Amino acid sequence: MEMLTFLIPVAILLGLTGLGAFIWAVRTGQFDDPQGDAARILTDNEDRPLPDRH
Amino acid sequence: MTLAGPIEQGCPSGLAPVGQGASGDVGAFVVQKGGEKSLSLSVRGAKCAGCLSKIEGAVNALPGVRQARLNLSNGRMEVKWTGDLDANRIARTVTDLGYGAAPFDPDTGDAAAKAEERSLLIAMAVAAFAAANVMLLSVSVWSGHGEMGETTRRIMHAISGAIALPAALFSGRVFFRSAWSVLKKGHANMDVPISLAVILALSVSVHETIRGGEHAYFDATVMLLFFLLIGRFLDARLRRRTHAAAHELAALQARSATRIGVDGTTQSVRASDIAPGDTILVAPGERVLVDLEVIEGVSEADESMVSGESLPQAVAPGVRLYAGAVNLSQPLRGRALGSAENSLLSDIARMLEAGEQRRSAYRRIADKAVSLYVPLVHTTAALTFIGWVLAGAGVREALMIAVSTLIITCPCALALAAPVVQVVTSERLFRRGVFLKSGDALERLAECDHVVFDKTGTLTLGEPQLVRTDDDDDAIARAARLARASRHPLSRAVVAAAGAGQVAAGVREHPGLGLEADIDGVVCRLGSAEWVGAEEVRGESRLRLWYVEGDSEPRRFAFEDALRPGAGKLAEALKKRGAGLEILSGDSEGAVADIAWQLGISDWRAGASPASKVARLEELREEGCKVLMIGDGLNDAASLSLAHASLAPGGAMDVSQSASDAVYTGAGLDAIEGVIDAARGAKIRMLQNFALAAGYNVIAVPIAVAGFATPLVAAIAMSASSLIVTLNALRPGR
Repeated sequence: MEMLTFLIPVAILLGLTGLGAFIWAVRTGQFDDPQGDAARILTDNEDRPLPDRH
Repeated sequence: MTLAGPIEQGCPSGLAPVGQGASGDVGAFVVQKGGEKSLSLSVRGAKCAGCLSKIEGAVNALPGVRQARLNLSNGRMEVKWTGDLDANRIARTVTDLGYGAAPFDPDTGDAAAKAEERSLLIAMAVAAFAAANVMLLSVSVWSGHGEMGETTRRIMHAISGAIALPAALFSGRVFFRSAWSVLKKGHANMDVPISLAVILALSVSVHETIRGGEHAYFDATVMLLFFLLIGRFLDARLRRRTHAAAHELAALQARSATRIGVDGTTQSVRASDIAPGDTILVAPGERVLVDLEVIEGVSEADESMVSGESLPQAVAPGVRLYAGAVNLSQPLRGRALGSAENSLLSDIARMLEAGEQRRSAYRRIADKAVSLYVPLVHTTAALTFIGWVLAGAGVREALMIAVSTLIITCPCALALAAPVVQVVTSERLFRRGVFLKSGDALERLAECDHVVFDKTGTLTLGEPQLVRTDDDDDAIARAARLARASRHPLSRAVVAAAGAGQVAAGVREHPGLGLEADIDGVVCRLGSAEWVGAEEVRGESRLRLWYVEGDSEPRRFAFEDALRPGAGKLAEALKKRGAGLEILSGDSEGAVADIAWQLGISDWRAGASPASKVARLEELREEGCKVLMIGDGLNDAASLSLAHASLAPGGAMDVSQSASDAVYTGAGLDAIEGVIDAARGAKIRMLQNFALAAGYNVIAVPIAVAGFATPLVAAIAMSASSLIVTLNALRPGR
């Protein structure tokens, strides 16, 4: 049972990492153009990150 | 891409037809910030990676362009550049590639809606995280039932609480805020029982954890919030999308006008920047944006959008031109009589407002369900508490059971029932080219039992077509040599019938009379009977042209305003669905009677003014009919907003589009049948969902009231009901 003191924090930490990644993705506009992003990987042009948004 | 070879037009994958390029002057829509200029364009027809790289590549290659980025999901393109590159060249670059491009005025309201959507999404993610992790702990508590020691269980509950408390308080803010604001006003909405359930469940669970009790409802609380937030998020997203669609349609009509300054220079300005008294130049083929009094020029104007009249009107100095009219033959100068906002006939604007107010009073099915539901939930929970106390249970035990009742009856399925159906249906319609303006429009569309059509531009194409006879091919080809020089609708009909060919040199246009040119030394004339010196035949179709070469016998061409493809099929289909049909038109009696006869519609009124259209709709309402109005003109705007539900074609006046519930695109009328079927289907799904949600409560409430609703039962019951409702909405339909 002592294992739990180790496993539960690890599980929660993993969950928090996922949550943090999702919030970051939403805040930086990763879901603004799902169709465009799917198409953009097929183009040869260099695709630089967007300049900062206001 | 090489510029030497022929450039493929439109989408290289063939996913969209080649777009129409006409975009007018976009110079007025450029935003300048420091040394950098930016322009937003709405691009139509871009569908795949090929489109994306073609458009971005071509625009990026223009001199001075710093950034060009096309959003494929919503068709917006942002271009930023420095230097003196002409904005029209950017738009032309896009249209030359075979895509439609229109200047787009960035929507300020959209930013707020987007922020709301994002915060809901984040709240949903937090609730999902908490639900998943708390469930992990809860499952071990449930499966260890009877074996797990009290200390271990208490630790499990404590960890659950540590996750659930902050998560629930964070993601529940939407509900708490809304509940508090209505409570202050002395009302109640669905958020009141939700907030109550969340707060009570959290406090009871905290108390149980400290006491070392067996049941804690942390998992149920966060799961409840998660499901409810899905519904809220979908609702917000649908509202933003429908709003964006409406804005987009308005943007397609965002035109600029040419203003003549005091010093005689011309300047391209947005419609909204025109002030009363400005002198405006209206080129042939251009649409009038504000009401004008003509001060110079003689021409003809197509006022079919304004009055429904299909024949062009003569225009001379002193004549008032209403916004929406199209100048046909000669350039005109006019004095603006008002700004763009108050340019519409003031009584139309007033009638519009009256209709809007009436429509906002419409109560959605979901609202009705909630108003029945809220008191029921509160009463049941309160009665449960009192009942158990009276039956001799302790206050603590009675409170636990009441709280579990409150949680289990909490309207997850109810909150999902309508939004999921609306999102799914509007998405399906969107793919068929129908833009829905609001979610509740579906419910109103489904209820309609009487369809009122406008004629010009809605049932008919709104442009005359030549009626061919057997032996006039040669005459048409000859007349077309003159007609190609003119924008008059009848000339264009002649050209359309003749096909491509040459234009006669030196064609002179005499407004109100016709065209004249010397071809190989022979004077040829195309125009009215008076113009060619022919005998006027009385009592015939009003649309006709005469053509004469020198002294030869004049030839007569007859025209008709042809029905749109699919009009006959639509009339049949609507009749089959039990709807009454009626035509309300501003056009002349003969034209309307002809169309009505062709469609087999016995109920029609001609020469109707906007006010008499409104009066007729009021009359129908008195009779208890739920009217679906379909129209496109300025004269229909008031009736569109007054009708129970309304549809407008994509080519309609912007005011008519904004007054209607949905806008359909495409030349045919096939979409209308689809819209009505989809709306009726959606309503059935919603009612099914409400029935499922009610059925769930019929089973779950007795269990909860009897005190058997352990956290495990609550978790299974809630997720099962939400899942069933969602699957029912997603089930593929017709």
